[in-house]
Amino acid sequence: MAAALFAVTAAALDAPALERAVVSAHGEDAARTGAPGAGAVTTFVGLVRDQNLGRRVLRLEYEAYEPLAVRAFEQIAGEAAALWPACRLGIHHRTGGVAIGEASIVIVAASAHRGEAFAASRYAIERVKQIAPIWKHEYFEGGDVWIEGAVAAADDAAAREKAEKLACV
Amino acid sequence: MRVTVRLFARLRDLAGTSELDADVPPGATIADVWAGVVARHPALAPYAGSLSAARNLEYTRLSAAVTDADEIAFMPPVSGG
Repeated sequence: MAAALFAVTAAALDAPALERAVVSAHGEDAARTGAPGAGAVTTFVGLVRDQNLGRRVLRLEYEAYEPLAVRAFEQIAGEAAALWPACRLGIHHRTGGVAIGEASIVIVAASAHRGEAFAASRYAIERVKQIAPIWKHEYFEGGDVWIEGAVAAADDAAAREKAEKLACV
Repeated sequence: MRVTVRLFARLRDLAGTSELDADVPPGATIADVWAGVVARHPALAPYAGSLSAARNLEYTRLSAAVTDADEIAFMPPVSGG
């Protein structure tokens, strides 16, 4: 069975499985519409880094509001499809304890041409950081802290524009 | 009416619980539900200015009305990725 395109999971992330699922979904779109099939796939993998703000990080623990996170991923993919119509996205995010060097997120974009795939991928990671209800609890040498970034607002047009600008650099 | 409130990340830590029931009068808004939660867990008060809320798995404004049996989530700033 093909991997779900959007998922939050406590299991180790499987980037090749998501690549296959996204390319397959893109191929089904293309077959239906007569548009060109995939000519590019980008895979972005976010890793748990060993340092943050000068602290030596030991591990991260991710918490998610899972069903809303999956809906946020679907919303992000819908926004990306409006901006880059020939592009298909898949997003998987890890929850629970994640060790240094392990993947916390995988974003796959498939499109006919590379430009759209790169742009949609960058757009998606910026939007995940803006609106996905996911939190990292950082355990570092000497303590621990909840990391708090953006105030999530699904309909914030300024945030969307910021992500689009970053995607189009 | 009664709604289920879910708290995440540091809000959950500060309140010491991830889920609680809240009784609110007819016509209550998300903001009213939040006020009730803060009354029971005053440590959450500083989050009033950086809060996100969802009603039945959709992000919502604090001014939105709630209905009986809603699931209301309160969330601190997010940090996925």
